[in-house]
Amino acid sequence: MSEPHLLVHHDGDNVGVVVVENLKAGTEMLCVVTENNTDFTMTVNHDVPIGHKVALIDFAEGDTVMKYGQDIGRVVAAAGKGDHIHTHNLKTKRW
Amino acid sequence: MTSNNTFFGYRRENGRVGVRNYVAILPVDDISNAACEAVANNIQGTMALPHSYGRLQFGEDLELHFRTMIGTGANPNVAACIVIGIEPEWTQVIVDGIAKTGKPVAGFSIEQNGDINTIAAASRKAKEFVHLTSEYQREECDIAELWVSTKCGESDTTTGLSSCPTVGNMYDKLLPKGIYGVFGETSEITGAEHLCKARAANPEAGEKFMKIFQAYQDEVIEPFKTSDLSDSQPTKGNILGGLTTIEEKALGNLEKIGRTSTYIDALGPAEAPEKGAGLYFMDTSSAAAECVTLMAAAGYVVHTFPTGQGNVVGNPIVPVIKITGNPRTVRTMGEHVDVDVSGVLRREMTIDQAGDSLIECIRRTANGRLTAAEALGHKEFVMTKLYRSA
Repeated sequence: MSEPHLLVHHDGDNVGVVVVENLKAGTEMLCVVTENNTDFTMTVNHDVPIGHKVALIDFAEGDTVMKYGQDIGRVVAAAGKGDHIHTHNLKTKRW
Repeated sequence: MTSNNTFFGYRRENGRVGVRNYVAILPVDDISNAACEAVANNIQGTMALPHSYGRLQFGEDLELHFRTMIGTGANPNVAACIVIGIEPEWTQVIVDGIAKTGKPVAGFSIEQNGDINTIAAASRKAKEFVHLTSEYQREECDIAELWVSTKCGESDTTTGLSSCPTVGNMYDKLLPKGIYGVFGETSEITGAEHLCKARAANPEAGEKFMKIFQAYQDEVIEPFKTSDLSDSQPTKGNILGGLTTIEEKALGNLEKIGRTSTYIDALGPAEAPEKGAGLYFMDTSSAAAECVTLMAAAGYVVHTFPTGQGNVVGNPIVPVIKITGNPRTVRTMGEHVDVDVSGVLRREMTIDQAGDSLIECIRRTANGRLTAAEALGHKEFVMTKLYRSA
């Protein structure tokens, strides 16, 4: 398999993690789900730094973001599939 | 050559095995640092462990201070110990605690002696200890005799994908062989506490963990928090690395206990495990140096430290092994990395292979190979303080 651009922990997660440097908007990403080694492709909408998250679905405000098959917080600003997901549109439900 | 199941370590008087052979010069309190550093300067082969506390502490906070001091001196990586304090009483408490291991220990107090006479007397004793312990030889030991701790730092999303599961894989393989393990970072389990509770080996351990977790939320977070703590947890470095929320960070953190490992007890800070071989949870801060210091004081002799953005922490008595999967960190700060698992992100390396390479690094480190943090001189020794002194 060639080198993936994006890794997803679990089936059912709605975000993945960029694992390459200098990923540019418009790149057709090879995405791999680490849990079962399945892959798919998807276009990223922004320049996203290594380690940062990309939406796998369209999010509305109030939606729950899932990673590791678990709740990692709520969406606070709508985001489309392929968008950068970080502190500007995702917040903790704790503290 | 050792086999995969053995390493060469120092067998101590109480049967425990160390992987380093230090003569430590331990200050009871902040104002005894100068004397300790003078002794370490006088006598080659000794090491002073300066820190910032030890005066007018009381109650649970004082107990933790004593436990950390005694545990540090008692750690099997310390062959012999000189204790220096301003007053004789507290100095003696620590000397007596360390002496229970059977190792050579001697205490000196400064009041009514002055620094110069104290330094002279302590230096003579330190020199004796150096001659004695520098003849100690390593012997072949079963890998089951290793006590391996873990805590991650400057995490990012790559730690949850690669370096933390690497540590988890190591625990899944070595705990069944009979090692002791420990993980902690109470604040950093927020969002994964239900999963952590479920990983207890028995209901009592799970309840004990939840009690510790809830006490931290109620007594520390609730009264003192500002906004969502995002200036601190996740840290600025975590956020730069792509971690967004404490829940996300916690789920990555918990990857360090693997897929099959379960913890048999939940320990207080610096508390030595007493329920036999296996994995333990310890109530600790998530700050790197504080956490590693507490685990070393509980008797752990090798520390595994996954990092994403590049934490550089070390410890004076315990070798800290850095594991990273972030290829940018490998490129920009490779001198701090002991185990490079960036191949996991490229799908060139499996977690199983990454775990094996960590185990190999642990064995080599236990045999005497210096870690990156040791070679770079990192000796962060940091007391945990529970509340203000009197």
